[in-house]
Amino acid sequence: MKLKLTSMALAGALAGVMAAAPAMAELVFPSLSYRTGPYAANGIPFADGYADYMTLLNERDGGIGEEPVRLLECETGYNTQKGVECYEATKGEGALVYQPLSTGITYQLIPKATADGIPVHSMGYGRTSAANGKVFEWVFNYPANYWDGASIAVKHLLDVNSGDLNGKKIALVYHNSAYGKEPIRTLEELSKKHGFELSLVPVDHPGQEQKSQWLQIRRERPDYVVMWGWGVMNQVAVQEAANIRFPMENFIGVWWSGSETDVLPAGDAANGYKALALANPGGDYAIYEDLDKFVYSTGKAAGAGDQWKTVGYNRGLYAAMLAAEAAKEAQKIHSTKALTPAQMRDGMEALEMTEDRMAGLGMANFGPEFKVTCENHGGSGVGKVAQWDASAKEWKLISDWIESDKDVIQPLIDEDSAAYAAESNITERCN
Amino acid sequence: MLYREAGDFKTSYAEDSQTFPIRFDRYRYYAVLAIAVAVVPFVINDYWANAVLVPFLIWSIAAIGLNILTGYCGQVSLGTGGFMAVGAYSVYKLMTAFPDVSIFFHVIGAGLVTAAVGLLFGLPSLRIKGFYLAVATLAAQFFLVWLFNKVPWFYNYSASGQINAPERTVFGIEVTGPNTEAWAAYLFCLTFVIILGVIARNLTRGTLGRKWMAIRDMDIAAEIIGVNPLRAKLSAFAISSFFIGVAGALFFAVYLGAVEVGEAFGINQSFLVLFMIIIGGLGSIFGSFAGAAFMVLMPVLLKNVMVGGLGWDTALAAHTEFVIVGALIVVFLIMEPHGLAQLWRLAKEKLRLWPFPY
Repeated sequence: MKLKLTSMALAGALAGVMAAAPAMAELVFPSLSYRTGPYAANGIPFADGYADYMTLLNERDGGIGEEPVRLLECETGYNTQKGVECYEATKGEGALVYQPLSTGITYQLIPKATADGIPVHSMGYGRTSAANGKVFEWVFNYPANYWDGASIAVKHLLDVNSGDLNGKKIALVYHNSAYGKEPIRTLEELSKKHGFELSLVPVDHPGQEQKSQWLQIRRERPDYVVMWGWGVMNQVAVQEAANIRFPMENFIGVWWSGSETDVLPAGDAANGYKALALANPGGDYAIYEDLDKFVYSTGKAAGAGDQWKTVGYNRGLYAAMLAAEAAKEAQKIHSTKALTPAQMRDGMEALEMTEDRMAGLGMANFGPEFKVTCENHGGSGVGKVAQWDASAKEWKLISDWIESDKDVIQPLIDEDSAAYAAESNITERCN
Repeated sequence: MLYREAGDFKTSYAEDSQTFPIRFDRYRYYAVLAIAVAVVPFVINDYWANAVLVPFLIWSIAAIGLNILTGYCGQVSLGTGGFMAVGAYSVYKLMTAFPDVSIFFHVIGAGLVTAAVGLLFGLPSLRIKGFYLAVATLAAQFFLVWLFNKVPWFYNYSASGQINAPERTVFGIEVTGPNTEAWAAYLFCLTFVIILGVIARNLTRGTLGRKWMAIRDMDIAAEIIGVNPLRAKLSAFAISSFFIGVAGALFFAVYLGAVEVGEAFGINQSFLVLFMIIIGGLGSIFGSFAGAAFMVLMPVLLKNVMVGGLGWDTALAAHTEFVIVGALIVVFLIMEPHGLAQLWRLAKEKLRLWPFPY
């Protein structure tokens, strides 16, 4: 009891110090990052990209609409408990939007943030049915979601097989968590529609040990393997696939399983591995000149500063850019510079990304064109397919934007979001 | 000066055998209770509830539970995470099956279900001991997590395999779900901590607790003096699992609100609770609280100091935190192998003589 009291007193004194921090008029963007643990390999580039874009806005434009941006970084270690702690610690500081880069934490935040009135943007992850804005007022997952991803992967396989997957076997290797289980429902529907046989191969957290899973794949000989992996699981899976000599071009990862760090450890054996792309890879964009000029050459880069131009870093840039653009929209709608989370939400709902807009930001053709509406929080739901070139050590895009099969996905979204609405007593909006 | 028994006369057996025989100790205990019940709820905010106090209270219950089994009865268990999962999933099934019943009874019910499961997994303890029993309970850990992942009935067939706590109330006040006020969640957990703490304290110094300790110290001798090992061991498993089940139920329903079994109740949690009782002190109720405070609050405190106070880089702070907590554990165990509770005991002995030690 004594210890409890002293630690409470100590922590209380600290909380006092923290609360005394000056509350200036600035735009606060929390970054629930993970630079430690088995998912750090993917968490670091994203966090660096996110932070560098915000730094660039401050250095080049003096913030968003001349309102300085403050980035609040909080380490979650991809752990939901720490994620909750980070959320509680940062929400009081005027956090405008949460992008936790973790499906588990997103599930955790959806009810909490909805109750607190703070938007959550789970870009290409999180709860898929959050695409239904009628039910999920505060949650956004544009530009595409997991079920789009599953459908895009299958469409790519249809293209490869000239439109016929009948009798083919597809194995899904997935992280045995809410994240990995997301695509199962869609893939089951698609297997009925296209006549392929689906087998499920779960990999438990953190995924360093996958010998038995790949033995199973070797025994079952699926024609294609689709993977929903993250963190160290990706690297191990690519290596194991190489070990059993599974043809790499028949192995497709979702957009979270397709960065440089995932394939480099396997060396040349990873050549030909495919992954979906949410935003374009590579560093051939005008924004990199600005980043070099304002962030890198001035030594303000986040982290070790060695991640730029990687897929994960681009993803972080993209997430930050979408947040910043939504903030601009919000400033325009409410004709104010300082924003509240509720105004930010309005901005996100009015966001429209066009080719011109992205070009104007130095990110021409970086991501898909999409428009967020009251009903549709999920964006256009398109993705590209990229293939790893081990000799050049780069991801090459091998398709244009592929549209997902909305006929299959939309009923599933409606069904799942209706279940959530019933569970949480939500009445539909936008009518 | 203050802390002494001189002049503190007992005139009845009941007074002589009370939990806190020294008057100062007793008043301190009442003061802590009074602050926890009557002051904290008025000053608590979301951060304090959700990041500090609620997890501390819940882990304390789990630590008391494991302490009953391991500290008092001497049966090492690595299945705590799995038993917490049983508590969480049974409270979820109860909450969704009987929405009109108060959540308070659901939590108790979840504890009872966990007690039954604990009893089942406690059966091998009659034949195997020590490390072998630890391995058997490890099997429980993995089996239970696998079960909750594999069988969709447990998570009501949700697409993601997650369970989400719906809104439930006690006396019309929400204690689960996103709209819960910080004080309500805190008080709800505190109620359980106080009730279970008193129960545990009195169990452990009554007949049952003495039987457990006899089994722990030497089971053959205990059997000779008339302790039935079957009943002693199984009652320890059942009661310990009840506590852990309640902790798991609160952990899911009040604290997190949404869990995924592999992450929230993995083997890490089993080790965490085991470390809590080893650092806090085996066979001590106070040690369970101290251990929970050490393992739960220390990382949060360090993080706030390093990131919030000193402005360090988050990754550096996270790594340093591992190092510091690890080093502290080693230091504590070398300097005081009997845990924080023993430190507290020594401090009390010294205080009795202070300022005139002989």
